[in-house]
Amino acid sequence: MDVALLIGIFPQVLLDGIILGFMYALIALGYTMVYGVLEFINFAHSEIFIVGAFVGVEVMLGLKSAGLLDGLPWPVVLVLVLVAGMAGSGLLAVTVERVAYRPLRNAPRLIPLISAIGISFFLQDMIRLFESLWRNAFNLVYPTLDALNLRFELTETLDVSVKSLVVIGGALGMLWALHMIVNRTKVGTAIRAVAEDQAAASLMGIDVNRIISLTFLIGGAMGGAAGVLFGVQYGLINPYSGFIPGLKAFTAAVLGGIGNIPGAMVGGLVLGLLEAFAASYLSLLTGGAFGAEYKDILAFSILILILIFRPKGLLGEVVRERA
Amino acid sequence: MIRHRIHLVLALAAVLAVALGPVASDLGAQGKGTIKIATQSPLSGGQAALGEGIKLGAQLAIEKSKAALEKQGFKVDLVPFDDQAKPDVGVANAKNIIADKDILAVIGHLNSGVAIPSSEVYKEVSLAMISPANTNPVVTDRGYPSVNRVCGRDDVQGVVGSEFAHATMKAKSVYIIHDKTPYGQGVAEFFRDDAKKKGLKVVGFEGTEEKSNFDPIITPMKAQNPDVIYFGGIYDQAAPFFKQAREKGVKGKFLGPDGMDSSDLTKIAGKAVVGMYYTSAAGPASVLPKAKAFSEEFKKKFGKNPEPYAAEAYDAATIAIKAIEAAAKGGKLPSREDVATAVRKAKLAGITGDIEFDAKGDRKKALYFVLQVASEDPGKWGDNKIVKQLTIAAPAAAKK
Repeated sequence: MDVALLIGIFPQVLLDGIILGFMYALIALGYTMVYGVLEFINFAHSEIFIVGAFVGVEVMLGLKSAGLLDGLPWPVVLVLVLVAGMAGSGLLAVTVERVAYRPLRNAPRLIPLISAIGISFFLQDMIRLFESLWRNAFNLVYPTLDALNLRFELTETLDVSVKSLVVIGGALGMLWALHMIVNRTKVGTAIRAVAEDQAAASLMGIDVNRIISLTFLIGGAMGGAAGVLFGVQYGLINPYSGFIPGLKAFTAAVLGGIGNIPGAMVGGLVLGLLEAFAASYLSLLTGGAFGAEYKDILAFSILILILIFRPKGLLGEVVRERA
Repeated sequence: MIRHRIHLVLALAAVLAVALGPVASDLGAQGKGTIKIATQSPLSGGQAALGEGIKLGAQLAIEKSKAALEKQGFKVDLVPFDDQAKPDVGVANAKNIIADKDILAVIGHLNSGVAIPSSEVYKEVSLAMISPANTNPVVTDRGYPSVNRVCGRDDVQGVVGSEFAHATMKAKSVYIIHDKTPYGQGVAEFFRDDAKKKGLKVVGFEGTEEKSNFDPIITPMKAQNPDVIYFGGIYDQAAPFFKQAREKGVKGKFLGPDGMDSSDLTKIAGKAVVGMYYTSAAGPASVLPKAKAFSEEFKKKFGKNPEPYAAEAYDAATIAIKAIEAAAKGGKLPSREDVATAVRKAKLAGITGDIEFDAKGDRKKALYFVLQVASEDPGKWGDNKIVKQLTIAAPAAAKK
């Protein structure tokens, strides 16, 4: 075993894991916010996430065909694409809630869950249908912005690209903004009030339906931002790309304690790091006997262990208290 | 209320049965009958570019060669199936195919992992399968009399690749990654085994189904700085991997098998793959003198360049038609067994060269190429240069 190699790649693997972790954290927010308010798992969130990536790539390709992609400074392009992706996913999430969840709000718990799974399949194939008619393509490629691919070699084995900094910075900014909205604004207070007790909140003059829509809008927008960052970071998306990251992000939300916003971030980071370390080190440590393909098995085994000892997640589940 | 609904459902079912019944039996009754040739390839999903090429190549061949059969009073149809590059879908389609008695031959598949289980179904009824693209040795090594292929084999292709890495690219170390399918892993293992024999250092051998985030694989790979990186798999997965590897500063040269051979590789990976090498069991139309006319006709009819394996599908479908003709001597509708026997005996001066099958259904003399990606423009995929061209007979006996 090459110890120098194992130590040498450590910082880079750490960075890879952090990037992946923030991505999961951003997606996990959508699951956790909706759960916090409605105690319901929105399984269509993985598609809401990937719709953000598709809106982003369409805006970028639109700018490209208008010749503006290289004309505008890259931060402007990036902000434009992020805002478009967030708007697209946020509005989609609100629509989905209005159409598929609100009519079922008083139905037994499992009914909206099934509705969500149905919406998830529906959206996957709608994206596929749209892209095959519109561009006759299945895989869509994010246009490369050269500035984003600049790399800084910090050491021989560690380098940081501008786009990984963008992902980390974007995710941190987003999480901070969400924290401020939920804890420091009137709207945030209303969201927390609805989460605690819908009936009491409506007696206090809060429009519960509006607040629930707003929760979906914010969660969806976070997912859309994650979608755009995912596209920028990894370059290629297809209509089914959202499914696996969505599932992992849901796991991250549970790991951190579902319904708990800082928990989603912690859970995302833990899962991202576990996955990155498992994938990079497994084959080196086992001499090729177990390869990167076992990363999910290792990561999820550790998750099961954590949940055995902390069944409410790392930071604890947040559910409304019923008096 | 509920009883009403049940009645309604029953009534609907009855109406459907009445409506569909006669239609199904009518089809067989025109002239002497209908002869159908099925294609099975991915028509949707990430590998649709190649799968569509296979369907269109077969379609062109059937339109060109069906006249003789039609003169005898048969109606000749192409029935395309979409296997979605998934084994379960391929097998389900295969069951539908064998249930349709009019289908006398199958042209397909694109993926060995789909062809192998599907051909188990065709075999049950001795339905001839002629594969344009399946290079995994197992496809023919099972020795089924109805299974044939017009392309080469991975146990040869992998060795062609490692020979090229060793002798021409002067590599000392290689890193191998594959997609865990019978095709990708198979060719990667043949490459690895021969590379080891030639004294190359294999610094890594990884399988992954990942399609977007390759960071955790690239990081340890980059640290070991291999001379050559070999991807045993298909372009829709390899392209983002190559792109991300270059973006992360990996300096090794890229090499891959025929799964790289699609213009979508450059569409996705852009300049990251310019100059990379890939081996192929299907030569570009430019080197095959007879294929030039085919390319032009294909472009005229379908408005795009033929993807790799379209020419192979064209030859495969021509063989199917000729075999059906041979088996239909006397103007009688041939049985599936007769067609399968005739296919195995077929000799064709095809657009991809002379085709004859050996006892296992492998092409007696298959062509292998090493090509280099010429341009980042997907429209110029056809300009890829041939670096090396070989004609190699299939390995004789299966090692069982």
